[in-house]
Amino acid sequence: MNKPLLIKDGRIIDPSQKTDEVGSLLVTEGKISWRGKGEPPKGDYDILDAGGLIVCPGLIDLHTHLRDPGYEEKETIASGSRAAARGGFTTICCMPNTNPPLDSQTAIEYIKSTAAAKAVVRVLPIGCISKGRNGKELAEMGELAAAGVIAFSDDGEPALNSYIMRQALDYSRAFELPITDHCEDTILTEGGQMNEGVLSAKLGLRGIPNAAEDIIVARDLALAELTGGWLHIAHTTTEGAVELIRRAKEKGINVTAEVTPHHLTLTEERVIGYDTNAKVNPPLRTERDIKALIQGLNDNIIDIIATDHAPHTEGDKLCEFALAPFGISGLETALGSLMRLVHNQKLSLPTLIAKLTSEPSKILGNRHGQLGTLAIGAEADVTIFDPDLEWVVDTKDFASKGKNTPLDGEKLKGKVIATIYQGKTAYKDAAAK
Amino acid sequence: MPKKIIMTQEDIKRTQARIAHEIIERNKVVENLILVGIHTRGVPLAHRLAANIEEFAGVKIPVGTLDISLYRDDLSSLELQPTVKNTDIPVSVDGKSIILVDDVLYTGRSIRAAMDALTDMGRPHLIQLAVLIDRGHREIPIRADYVGKNMPSSRHEDIQVKLQESDGVDEVAITSTPTAEEG
Amino acid sequence: MTTEQIKTVAPKPAPVWQHRHILDVDDFSREEIELVFNTTQAMKEVLSRPIKRVPALRGKTLITLFYEASTRTRLSFELAAKNLGADAANLSATASSVTKGESLIDTVSTLEALGADIVVMRHPHSGAPDIATHYVKASIINAGDGWHAHPTQALLDLYTIQEHKSTLKGLKAVIIGDILHSRVARSNIWGLTTMGADVTLCGPPTLLPDEMGKQNHHLPPTNIEHNIERALDGADVVMTLRLQLERQQSGLLPSIREYVQLYQLTEARLKLAKPDALVLHPGPVNEEIEIAPAIVHGPQSVINEQVANGVAVRMALLYILAGSQKQ
Repeated sequence: MNKPLLIKDGRIIDPSQKTDEVGSLLVTEGKISWRGKGEPPKGDYDILDAGGLIVCPGLIDLHTHLRDPGYEEKETIASGSRAAARGGFTTICCMPNTNPPLDSQTAIEYIKSTAAAKAVVRVLPIGCISKGRNGKELAEMGELAAAGVIAFSDDGEPALNSYIMRQALDYSRAFELPITDHCEDTILTEGGQMNEGVLSAKLGLRGIPNAAEDIIVARDLALAELTGGWLHIAHTTTEGAVELIRRAKEKGINVTAEVTPHHLTLTEERVIGYDTNAKVNPPLRTERDIKALIQGLNDNIIDIIATDHAPHTEGDKLCEFALAPFGISGLETALGSLMRLVHNQKLSLPTLIAKLTSEPSKILGNRHGQLGTLAIGAEADVTIFDPDLEWVVDTKDFASKGKNTPLDGEKLKGKVIATIYQGKTAYKDAAAK
Repeated sequence: MPKKIIMTQEDIKRTQARIAHEIIERNKVVENLILVGIHTRGVPLAHRLAANIEEFAGVKIPVGTLDISLYRDDLSSLELQPTVKNTDIPVSVDGKSIILVDDVLYTGRSIRAAMDALTDMGRPHLIQLAVLIDRGHREIPIRADYVGKNMPSSRHEDIQVKLQESDGVDEVAITSTPTAEEG
Repeated sequence: MTTEQIKTVAPKPAPVWQHRHILDVDDFSREEIELVFNTTQAMKEVLSRPIKRVPALRGKTLITLFYEASTRTRLSFELAAKNLGADAANLSATASSVTKGESLIDTVSTLEALGADIVVMRHPHSGAPDIATHYVKASIINAGDGWHAHPTQALLDLYTIQEHKSTLKGLKAVIIGDILHSRVARSNIWGLTTMGADVTLCGPPTLLPDEMGKQNHHLPPTNIEHNIERALDGADVVMTLRLQLERQQSGLLPSIREYVQLYQLTEARLKLAKPDALVLHPGPVNEEIEIAPAIVHGPQSVINEQVANGVAVRMALLYILAGSQKQ
């Protein structure tokens, strides 16, 4: 049994309880046992000095690619979990586009047992919408739900067949789990490499227009309205999608949505020079889209932030732009890059933290413990970070096998100092006192 | 830096005339001559010699210009701006007596490049060389047939030829350049 | 000479030529383009001699790496290199080696190890030469990458035009065809606008992205006109692009027949341009499709001059590039 841990004198921001005050937190036997401003109850405990730092619930990422099983050269459950810890995430949800895909109980058991043995943070599985991710037949959602998936998705691909998508939204109602769709009309975007616009015209790269996302978002919302099912929109990136989701929520349609840190902070201009590390799907878009996404976060049209961490090997990305796979390795730079929005006063710190803790926790429900909160008795998942510490991103320090980020060498302001998972220190930065 | 004028406008005029006479004297068949000036200052000198020869012998000799940039043995000589100037020789060089004209003969490399260019253009009967100044320090076995003035110099000295057509004034000056040890 | 006197010697002015590689014309200054023109003129003189050869690039090795079949451009570069006394060799990678996993980076590094001073690359994917520049010390000349750029073609087009028109400033230039997929169009847009010409793009909307005509900070200003008659009105220069016959299969055009009806440069349409308008085509020409044969062989066509100038322009570029490598 671990010694209790006292996290001392930090600025505790816990949106689930609307707390934002300096205080200390005591963690005993994997749960939050005490919280307050004065002297903690007597006892023998380790102390983590959080003076000048932010203390918040462990961050939750509902959209990560761990590549395991099948693509272990890009990432494994173990390395991905270490990357998560470095990024301040204590819960990550892995997408099922593995090989074999996560469309059966056996596959889910593999994830759970490997995570239990090797992961340093909580790993929750997402199951496929369709068998083998083939888009033709529904997967056995009941079995997957019983095995513990937190959602269903064929991510990487859209559920392009409207009939199947309708059935999925309908059938999943029995399990009260969302269908997470990667909204892209892949017939329209075939061969697309980057956002469609003047820049793609200049660079001579086929574009992926905003319309391709908006079309499927609109379709999915109509199907959600028709069935009453729970639609979760993965990685929203367009002004148009935000508007569609806004109107859908006004109508009471059961929809939640996520946005990634890179779509909130980087534009298509990162592709200039043909940097394959900026090649991602959906693509980096424009200032106008970013403005709409931030407004969407602030208006609660977009519920959560999720990284869509997509690691690839260096060799995979070291080639002609058109041949490089899509994806950004984002777990370890998420908080640092998002803090830019806080520092530029586009997003408040409590809102940012909510989008990464209490809001994702609402989507998870309580099936996996009391997460995303520092209430007494909740899981002792705590993230401690320094909002003002400047640091330079160096992919050589990444725990993730994926070094594919356009942020290598970039200076960020805001760094994770320690990540506590179930009362144990999963990550401690060199800058920790 | 002290500058010493070693040839004035009058000196240059007299020297040109003397060279023109020497050319006429040495070449029995003046009608077979072409004067080819090497860019930059060899060109006006060639035109002046042609004018002199017309004045003294009554024959109009064709004048051509030659740019040797494409024949240099060192690309780094391109320095800042690798501009190649006109090479324009109005008649065929085959069987002709060519008199190459340049302002200063130094290492001899420019003349070697000029001869390569001429032989690529055809088969001259003979090639002679006329220079205003011979300052010594040959690095290859080249010698001038007609020399305006012999000016033995050290490598630390810089000989500058200025001509009316390109520099607005006629003069030849010598200056000392700083050595590596100084300053 | 004292220390003070040495320090007052004037600094050398910055060189006009600023490129270690020739990837696109988008960052060429007017002065650089004029340097290319002047040097090309000297090279044309060399090409008029019985011995079309000078030893300027003796000892240099040029290797062409063509991932797309193209005998004409490749030959043009090889001849240019040989005329300058350089050694030229060719590595024919095919489009299939692109997908077979023979990494581009590995191939270019191999060429450098084999002694290439200059690598001339043609590749089906935009940006391929850009990526190569990060991994080799040799100079890279882009002989066409995907849809993106074909700088040497644009430079020879510009040279050809200015030989006839003496200046490009204020000329009305019209580019007709599949602009969307054309690296020749893109590079010419940059070259023509830098030299002060007014550019109009003409083609079917599916092959002409509207964004190119809108005010933006990625592309120079051009006019967009979908009607060929209006586009040709008063033009000084007409550039027709080759239509890839696959465009009809990919749904961008209803038929080649309709393209011909709407966009072929016919003699009647050419009359709408100025009487001394020049007609250019990057080749190879699809006679009867984008252009009427009578025009190809007619008095206004400078298509053959483009080819001849191509060798001279490439000689000039190799000369300038090799000279700047020493620095």
